[in-house]
Amino acid sequence: MVELYDGPLDVPTILQRWYEEEAQSNYGAYIPFIGTVRAEDEIDGLSFDIYEPILASWFDAWQQRAKEAGALVKMAHSRGDVPLHHSSYIAAVFSPKRRVALETIDLFVEDFKASAPIWKYDLKNGERIYAKDRSTPISGSGLLKG
Amino acid sequence: MVRIEFLGPIQKASIELEASSLRDVADQLHHDKEVREWLETAAVAVNDTLVASLDTPLKDGDKVSLLPPVCGG
Repeated sequence: MVELYDGPLDVPTILQRWYEEEAQSNYGAYIPFIGTVRAEDEIDGLSFDIYEPILASWFDAWQQRAKEAGALVKMAHSRGDVPLHHSSYIAAVFSPKRRVALETIDLFVEDFKASAPIWKYDLKNGERIYAKDRSTPISGSGLLKG
Repeated sequence: MVRIEFLGPIQKASIELEASSLRDVADQLHHDKEVREWLETAAVAVNDTLVASLDTPLKDGDKVSLLPPVCGG
């Protein structure tokens, strides 16, 4: 299940909880990816909209794919505003051996960027501006263009 | 009637249309100035499943969602 939070993520708490949840599961590797909002282009932070039904089915498909490789995926993401130097995204893979976890975290994070129905906005001078230039059309987009 | 939802930055309230396939939806949205610019880059879901064909049939009560380019993380 994807964990969604209003505002920034409490990174140490989430990582520790995930660690403890799987401490007895006999996984040899736990590889987290932590995304942090960086200061650039004079932004005050980032903001996110999420479409939860399709995010859930996308994540379920990934969970199935990970399971077939003997792995487990966890993910947390922010809704709404996240200030600079805070985290908006954590993904993690658990697997019996490191190679599967390293490969899965790479594939998962890349597919997340390309497919997860989440929209990013720059917070700048009190405005919320869609990050159009950094966004990627989902595979199959343009169907209605005619 | 079919309900059309515009997600993320499209910033438009849902509308209802008479449509028996996605092709009907496409034809009608082309006349909507606010939406037309998004059609080029938006993905489409019917009842929360992404679809790839304009021939996808629609029935009363179906939900069609337009998903503009994404950037999570």
